[in-house]
Amino acid sequence: MQKVLHINADKCTGCLQCEMACSFENYGVFATAKSRIKVFDFHDTGKKVPYTCTQCDEAWCLHACPVEAITVDKATGAKVVSESTCVGCKVCTIACPFGTVNYVQETGKVQKCDLCGGDPACATACPTGAITYIDANWTGLDRMKQWADKLGNTPAAA
Amino acid sequence: MAWAGKILRVNLSKGTVTTEPLNREWARDFVGSRGLGSKYLINEIDPKVDPLSPDNKIIWATGPLTGTMASTGGRYTVITKGPLTGAIACSNSGGYWGAELKMAGWDMVIFEGKSPKPVYLCIQNDVAELRDASHLWGQSVWHTEEAIKKSLQDPLVRVSCIGKAGENHVLYASVVNDMHRAAGRSGVGAVMGSKNLKAIAVRGTIGVGNVRDPKAFMQAVAEKKKILADNAVTGQGLPTYGTQVLMNVINEVGALPTRNHQDVQFEGAKDISAEAMATPRETDGKKHLVTNQACFGCTIACGRISKMDQNHFTIQNKPQYWGASGGLEYEAAWALGAANGVNDLEALQYANLLCNEEGIDPISFGATVGAVMELYEMGVLTKEQIGIEAPFGSAAALAFLAEETVNGRGFGKEVGQGSKRLTAKYGHPDLSMSVKGQEFPAYDGRGVQGIGLAYATSNRGACHLRGYTIASEVLGIPVKTDPLEHEGKPELVKAFQDATAAFDSSGLCIFTTFAWGLADLAPQLQAACDQAYTTEELEKIGERIWNMEREFNNAAGFTAKDDSLPKRLLTEPAKTGPAKGKVSMLPHMLPKYYEVRGWDSEGRPTAATKKRLGL
Repeated sequence: MQKVLHINADKCTGCLQCEMACSFENYGVFATAKSRIKVFDFHDTGKKVPYTCTQCDEAWCLHACPVEAITVDKATGAKVVSESTCVGCKVCTIACPFGTVNYVQETGKVQKCDLCGGDPACATACPTGAITYIDANWTGLDRMKQWADKLGNTPAAA
Repeated sequence: MAWAGKILRVNLSKGTVTTEPLNREWARDFVGSRGLGSKYLINEIDPKVDPLSPDNKIIWATGPLTGTMASTGGRYTVITKGPLTGAIACSNSGGYWGAELKMAGWDMVIFEGKSPKPVYLCIQNDVAELRDASHLWGQSVWHTEEAIKKSLQDPLVRVSCIGKAGENHVLYASVVNDMHRAAGRSGVGAVMGSKNLKAIAVRGTIGVGNVRDPKAFMQAVAEKKKILADNAVTGQGLPTYGTQVLMNVINEVGALPTRNHQDVQFEGAKDISAEAMATPRETDGKKHLVTNQACFGCTIACGRISKMDQNHFTIQNKPQYWGASGGLEYEAAWALGAANGVNDLEALQYANLLCNEEGIDPISFGATVGAVMELYEMGVLTKEQIGIEAPFGSAAALAFLAEETVNGRGFGKEVGQGSKRLTAKYGHPDLSMSVKGQEFPAYDGRGVQGIGLAYATSNRGACHLRGYTIASEVLGIPVKTDPLEHEGKPELVKAFQDATAAFDSSGLCIFTTFAWGLADLAPQLQAACDQAYTTEELEKIGERIWNMEREFNNAAGFTAKDDSLPKRLLTEPAKTGPAKGKVSMLPHMLPKYYEVRGWDSEGRPTAATKKRLGL
């Protein structure tokens, strides 16, 4: 079964535990600036929205890469950057419609979410369930259940 | 080791920014943030210095756990000699700024002297420089933060700054970061203003990468986060209702100070409570509360984000207040509401927004308005003097005085001096509900005896955050004590004060203590730092910090006489509720408190006490 990161922004409090977990997992340091998942805080509406790579099947970044530095992790479906192959040309950052692959000045390479090899640290760290790692075929299950509950527990119209 | 190991020293008179290594010995003995910053301040300034003179210094300090994954690890403290009290001032804030400073590679920033013109400090990792802030002077907190982000072309920069109130030396001006998180109390913002220092902007991309034992640290952090999640207060009450969960509770206990402490229960409490914030308004059918919000690293998320009714009289045609922003916390709702007898939730939020926008402490402001309203009802102050009719319960007067105070206009200039100076000027000093010049927070010392002693002995003037005995006396954490009983409270107050000083120095939030004790803090600190921070050691460190602060205040000229409460609490019995007929038993508690502290009868730490604590 393939799993995906699933984001429910309504549950996000903006604590940035996910960003710290991401940077710690990948670089051994608590540095939100190095995180591959970002939480956006829309002050005027009070909305906090975590955002990261959705691992497209036909990934623009992968197809755009001239040196095949981005490959598919068969176990997880993640599109993974090989740092040793990446030449830092940044074409993938232009190709990605979502902005979730980014250049890192310090390394001269790009970075993106790789699902931590199948155990995403962000999802483990999230205290509210705003970020979960679930069955790719059933990301709508929770929402369906909510509506099913609403429907099933409402008395039928007379 | 978790400390960055270096500090920034900024001489504003000379315009220099220099780097120095952190004093490791002090870091071991005073941990960080409140304790360590206070150690630096006390070591460097004359206790008798005029707080608003160039000879005072002001410090922004993080703790070893600031900027780590330890839950609530986003706190920083602003430490200086306070202009409201003349005592040590030490105000703590959340949001994201503290963690950003740490992630830029700094434990603290010390400012000394006074800049000849308005400046702000810009920190981008290891590069720090003073920049011109002439264009920001006279601007609000909100404008300043936006303008700095825009000029640096960096939406992720964090800003800690003052609004107009700090520039105008409102004696309870706050320092605000992230639009609505504040180092709120004791006038730290006025000291910033006195130095022509508008803001500190910081962007840190280095991170905190030096915890001693990462594996043990992450394990301890995960365990302790679970305790917070499973606890009824930190896992449910605070995220759902925020600190406002207390409004109805404290009212029922008969300890909700009302109309400048004339009453201890407020008939309008339910209208300004957490429950009211979550109920659709009659006017527009929308809820006041939009969502909760966490500070950096916090897995509790008690913060309130609210949206006002656009048609409320205070904000008609003022779209800048129509969006969501930091909403009412309990202390602000009390001070702006019950303390003045005002039950208009929207008006309270309007005043609260102004406090954030221009940087003042809503507690001291609201409590000062309470004294003004009492003086108005007595006929001592008139409509002509104040600029509006100001009886208790007037939302219009509250909104008007908030505008006048934050903008430094008219009678607002007098309100900006705090209740002690204002009531003394008009011949009624007993009507200032304050200790050492700082106004009470939202609990009455007649209905909850221990908190009265905590106010009287707090090192920064009346304060609930220096020893929150409400946890024990009302909520039963960690054990229930009788709020009306004064026996045993000196020991309780001391234990709370010492533990709080240790928590405040770690870089974590004191709200964790609804679920955690020092035994939960110790393993996190121990795994992060190169020190064996046991529970016992942390108790001792807390006590050391408390006594150090006390010694500073004594040297500044405070005596046992200043460990007092207003006459009203000592002589006018509570009129209603469970505490009906009670006054504060402070005179019975204070001598015992000195004894358990190891102080002489004048409230001075004895030589033996100082020796025991290594002071």
